[in-house]
Amino acid sequence: MTEPALSVRNLRVEFFGRRGKLVAIDDVSFDVAKGEILGMVGESGAGKSVTGAAIVGLIEHPGRMTRGEIRLKGDRIDHLPAAGMRKIRGKRIGMVFQDPLSSLNPLFQIGDQIVETMRAHLDISKADARRRAVKLLDEVGIPAAASRVDSYPHQLSGGMRQRVVLALVLCTEPELIIADEPTTALDVSVQAQIIALIKALAKNYGTSVMLITHDLGVVAEIADRVAVMYAGRLVEIGSVRDVLKGAKHPYSQGLVSAIPTLRQGAGALRQIPGAMPRLHAMPNGCAFHTRCQFVFERCRVERPMPVRSGDIEVACWLHGKAVGTGP
Amino acid sequence: MSEPIPGSWQRFRARLERVWDSDLTYSFRTSPIAIIAGCMTAILLVLALMAPWVAPQDAFDVAAVRLEDGFLRPLERGSTGILHLAGTDSQGRDVLSAILYGARVSLLVGFASVAFSMAMGVALGLAAGFLGGRVDAVIMRIADVQLSFPAILIALLVFGIARGFIHPSQHEQVAVYVLIISIGLSHWASYARTVRSSTLVERNKEYVQAARVMGRDNTAIMFEHVMPNVVGPVLVIATINLALAVIEEATLSFLGVGVPPTQPSLGTLIRVGQQFLFSGEWWILLFPSIALIILSLSINLLGDWLRDALNPRLK
Amino acid sequence: MIRAIAQAIAVLLAVALIAFSMFRYVGDPVANMVGAETTQQEIWELRERLGLTDPLPVQFARFVTNAAQGEFGISYRQGRRVSTLIAERLPATVELALLSALFASVFGTILGIYTAIRRHGWLSHAIMTVSLIGVSLPTFLIGIGLIYLFAVELRWLPSFGRGEVVKFGWWTTGLLTESGRKSLVLPVLTLGFFQLTLIMRLVRAQMLETFRTDYVKFSRARGLPEWRINFKHALANAMIPVVTIIGLQLGAVVAFAIITESVFQWPGLGAMFVQAVQFVDIPVMAAYLLFVGLVFVVTNLLVDLFYVVLDPRLRSDRTTTK
Repeated sequence: MTEPALSVRNLRVEFFGRRGKLVAIDDVSFDVAKGEILGMVGESGAGKSVTGAAIVGLIEHPGRMTRGEIRLKGDRIDHLPAAGMRKIRGKRIGMVFQDPLSSLNPLFQIGDQIVETMRAHLDISKADARRRAVKLLDEVGIPAAASRVDSYPHQLSGGMRQRVVLALVLCTEPELIIADEPTTALDVSVQAQIIALIKALAKNYGTSVMLITHDLGVVAEIADRVAVMYAGRLVEIGSVRDVLKGAKHPYSQGLVSAIPTLRQGAGALRQIPGAMPRLHAMPNGCAFHTRCQFVFERCRVERPMPVRSGDIEVACWLHGKAVGTGP
Repeated sequence: MSEPIPGSWQRFRARLERVWDSDLTYSFRTSPIAIIAGCMTAILLVLALMAPWVAPQDAFDVAAVRLEDGFLRPLERGSTGILHLAGTDSQGRDVLSAILYGARVSLLVGFASVAFSMAMGVALGLAAGFLGGRVDAVIMRIADVQLSFPAILIALLVFGIARGFIHPSQHEQVAVYVLIISIGLSHWASYARTVRSSTLVERNKEYVQAARVMGRDNTAIMFEHVMPNVVGPVLVIATINLALAVIEEATLSFLGVGVPPTQPSLGTLIRVGQQFLFSGEWWILLFPSIALIILSLSINLLGDWLRDALNPRLK
Repeated sequence: MIRAIAQAIAVLLAVALIAFSMFRYVGDPVANMVGAETTQQEIWELRERLGLTDPLPVQFARFVTNAAQGEFGISYRQGRRVSTLIAERLPATVELALLSALFASVFGTILGIYTAIRRHGWLSHAIMTVSLIGVSLPTFLIGIGLIYLFAVELRWLPSFGRGEVVKFGWWTTGLLTESGRKSLVLPVLTLGFFQLTLIMRLVRAQMLETFRTDYVKFSRARGLPEWRINFKHALANAMIPVVTIIGLQLGAVVAFAIITESVFQWPGLGAMFVQAVQFVDIPVMAAYLLFVGLVFVVTNLLVDLFYVVLDPRLRSDRTTTK
């Protein structure tokens, strides 16, 4: 089997505050294969963005990655010094943030920002870089790229700016792109375009994508596999089709059934009762057990780790090898 | 009902605990600078207020002038038997006493002018925010223009104009009051601005509309509902302004347009002391300067800490 | 644009009104010019000749036109024309103010950038502490301190006055003589110190704020080298408000010169104003007020113009497209 593009093992991220230590990411492991799009879903505060930040080494004080191994195409990247990490960031891993307007420096032209990114990582002349920038802008769907390359961010619409951000991320042809809520701040009509664009670009360049979002619809559109995060833990991971059709973790089941479909007809949307626990008030055992309708004694005491059950990996005492000791 | 209603003593204790636990006190307890600054300010305040009882000599007493005691070095004993810890000036007056009395004058003028500017600023800010329209526009325009001019200039101007109205023979008596008013007038605008924006925010909230419906009149509503929300920022401004007022008074006295020579403040003492810079009687200049520095520094640090502690954005 | 100019003129007129009121109502200009034996008739005639019996708006208009030509009448105390007085003292203050602003801007910016980039280092903490103390100190004490150190103890620099100056028409400058330059050092440092701490803290605060923005975060995510993020992306955005504030400060500097000029016996406009306040010399006070008002208004206008040049978002010539 070929080396996965990204391999995360036993990742642990902690925040040290006035009231003690908070565990934001607790022993999370997963892979992203080459050319694959992995969707990472969960509600706000589940730890999706922190995972993304940890991978590129952008966790800021008072947070720290305290344990775990991160490999990019087999190369270990979590213990690199700052200079080494900087070379990886942008060149081998690209990161797209949620709000496209604030990601671009308002004082500089978009072409300028693309050129500087290229010249920071590649040995390329200004003229060549500019030519490539125009080509890229064209590829991401900006009309009249040759004249637009000198525009300022505020002169473009939200959808345009997100395309520019994508161009910025792709200009160094990275192996992995981490997209953190890339469409949340956009109009619904533009969202669909951007999502399709991401899929097309990933295919063209052979880039793997880790798509962080709370929107299962987006995941259903373009992802190959999906990982579900809850309270800093990975509760389920599998192919999109398997998880959406037959989710095994009660939380994922709740998430999937909460998506309104045309077939449902009029009626109340199903809700998962309760709320995700706060980081400083985590329950023992399984983090979800306080809201789970299938809860039994073991759930309250022991934390379940992801185990294989069919084609999905799920962290639940109802499934996997431990199923013999169920209720 | 199974729970007993807490008695007043328990309620008081609960309130004390809340205050002790509050972010404000926590931040004070853990900031060594704030504690030191707070203590220094308190000490100076007490010393200055108690000057008439604490000082070895009544510095303003004309009869205390003993020319033969002039220019004594620090730690020398004078003919009256007083140990002059900070030496004496050209007229034989104890420098330490002069500093204590001077600090007293500086602080009195400082507090009074802060009270003046706070009263004026808060009142105008409330009026502007609540009454809106023309009143608001006029008040805020004046405030804006004034805020762009340095306070010293405004104080000097007011002082000069006031002087023009008052007959020269009365200058000395009313100098202190004129000083307080001129420093106060130079600082009201910052209070007005803050209070006005808070008022505008509160004005649209539901409980104000509810109060209106119930028939309370405008002033009552303003004072009862808007004031508590405004206290925090106003306190911060007041502390910072106190330091500014003390320095402004010292500066004006240094320039010769502050307190009259019969009631010297720290600024006047420094002005006098500067004459002796080259001739070697360094103590006449040094000690009042140190006193002023410590005073303004402690108040400033306290104000800085207060502003950081009350700033919701930095949390 | 037109609005800004109109506002500026409005402010100037307001200031003129205050100055004019001072003239008319504070003290009695006529009282200063007559002796004990002038008859009522003569006093009345004098009033008429001076135009004091004309309706107020007419007097105000006359005042404004005179002022626009630089004519302010005669100083009560010195008996000389106020305009001459101002012309004599203006160069001293302008030199002092501009040089101190330059000093403060350059060093303030450098220190601000340093303490922002190396914000946890001991040197940064030391600098910030010194600046905090500096802000708390009254300017005159700093001046006296400098005099003591450099003039009394070390005897390197003079402690008062401008030294020798060179005349150019009605302008005088101390920059061309050694004694002039030496005399400039301490006053410039004193006047500039307060501004320096202000600018330094401002630059630092702005830089720290830009460090937290999304585009800086994104620059880091793009793997741009640290120096480029600091000096291009963060600095450019940080400096915009700083530059405007430096510009706005210029007016205040002229006023703060009052204190410095008193400490160093610098023959400038500030010292003139203090004397005027002491002796209730209304024409001089009014003239100074108008002068300061003019400086403020002009610098405000220039800053507004400059802002548009600096920030591309304010240039409305191009249109947005979908």
